[in-house]
Amino acid sequence: MSFEKFLFYVFAAFLVFAATMVITRRNPVHSVLFLVLAFFNSAGLWMLAEAEFLAIALVLVYVGAVMVLFLFVVMMLDINIAELRAGFVRNAPVAFIVALLMGIELVMVVGSGRFGLDVVAAPASKPADYSNTEELGVALFTEHLYAFEIAAVILLVGIVAAIGLTMRRRPETKYQDPALQAAVKASDRLRVVKMDVEGKA
Amino acid sequence: MGPVIELWTALPVVIQIVIKILAIMLPLMIMVAYYTYAERKVISYMQVRVGPNRVGFFGWRLWGLGQPIADAVKLMFKEIIIPTGANKLLFLIAPTLAIGPALAAWAVFPFDAGLVLADINAGLLYILAMTSLGVYGVIIAGWASNSKYALLGAIRSAAQIVSYEIAMGFALVGVLVAAGSLNLGDIVEAQQGGLGLLHWFWLPLLPLFLVYFISGVAETNRAPFDVAEGESEIVAGFHVEYSGMAFAVFFLAEYANMILIAALSALMFLGGWLSPLPESWSEDSVLLGDGFHWLLLKTFGFMFLFLWFRATFPRYRYDQIMRLGWKVFIPITIVWIVVVAVMRMAQMPWWFN
Repeated sequence: MSFEKFLFYVFAAFLVFAATMVITRRNPVHSVLFLVLAFFNSAGLWMLAEAEFLAIALVLVYVGAVMVLFLFVVMMLDINIAELRAGFVRNAPVAFIVALLMGIELVMVVGSGRFGLDVVAAPASKPADYSNTEELGVALFTEHLYAFEIAAVILLVGIVAAIGLTMRRRPETKYQDPALQAAVKASDRLRVVKMDVEGKA
Repeated sequence: MGPVIELWTALPVVIQIVIKILAIMLPLMIMVAYYTYAERKVISYMQVRVGPNRVGFFGWRLWGLGQPIADAVKLMFKEIIIPTGANKLLFLIAPTLAIGPALAAWAVFPFDAGLVLADINAGLLYILAMTSLGVYGVIIAGWASNSKYALLGAIRSAAQIVSYEIAMGFALVGVLVAAGSLNLGDIVEAQQGGLGLLHWFWLPLLPLFLVYFISGVAETNRAPFDVAEGESEIVAGFHVEYSGMAFAVFFLAEYANMILIAALSALMFLGGWLSPLPESWSEDSVLLGDGFHWLLLKTFGFMFLFLWFRATFPRYRYDQIMRLGWKVFIPITIVWIVVVAVMRMAQMPWWFN
């Protein structure tokens, strides 16, 4: 077994383990941390597949930003675990059928009949100075420019919608404007008065 | 030198890499230790005090140079108290999660032309990814401590770091547009020119340079952005429950991160190891020409700024921190990325032609 193959199995085993822990741990904070571990291991797998941009972007975006916010929210929640697990036995058969269906579909789509080495040959590995990031950037900004721009616009609309849905204007609330406070000058608050000495000096 | 090089190439690659890692880590750790000493001394002199001046070596006081070592020994022998109700495993993992990324980021840092542990293409992205991971140590420490103050500190820190990461990332996008590469060595090479310091990126990218460094101060939770510790409000923030070596590791991580931000600012905006003097003056001289000593000097300059800030500025209020990050820095960086792109497309002399 080559070293790369060994690494692949290590990452894959940790990934499956972490993914299982995500859905089985009772404590939601533990689940989120295991999800972080799962992301790390999939980043490792992508690195092995010579997709270094995707691997680093996964760590940067998902682990570094999205999961931090996730953790932020989950830490603040006071989740009643007993209530959450109440319908477990009743719903288990339905969940089992859905899981089974999804499993069968996955096998049918990515089974060895379509993706085996005899159908799709392993891509030749690139030399060390090959820049995956640069290739991706060129493809994204030439061939797929419209798709890229449309995706960006959809995301922007999503942000605007989320803010529009959650923003409440409450005129009765008093609040400070930090911009005005930061722009304040000494002359706005303080008046130096020149005056003669009073009384006998 | 012949036999030494022969011996070196005869070593297995793994051993070679370990030796290289040690060659980066050991000086870094010594620098961290003496950075704490420098901080106390610098702030002391700014406040007309003397600072630590008792602990020396073998009966010699030596201006208190033994202080960091005495502190380290003291912290090592102190008990690590684990609060009742704390999540023991996460409580102990948190400090390592804080220091790990701070050290791992040095893997792609070039110290001189070609002198780098891992010369990867996506170096800048890797650095960004690593610096964004440091926040986990803080959050997990705050949550696992089972303490209200620690949790408040962790939440403040998480929101602050995620906010300033965006401004920082955008500032680095400007650097990447200007240099046309994500490789840190290439970024330094792109700043090379006959006129020395006028060719460095600090001039065309001046707003991004300022935003980057100030975001770096916020990212490392240093004064005036140190609300995560905020001793006047929440005792010591996320590490209030930590003692002994577990606390010391947080301390090390903070200082290692400060050195990293200082070194990266020097690398990306002040030409790294390039000499600030015009080429015609410096080409024959070892001391005046390009070299590691320039990088070290620039890094020390930025490291001094961190201390100067702490001694000078009062702490920001939290809503003002958020306003500065989102409403001031991010718009500045977005506008300036467009400006840099236009400069680059127009091949503006003398940085981009």
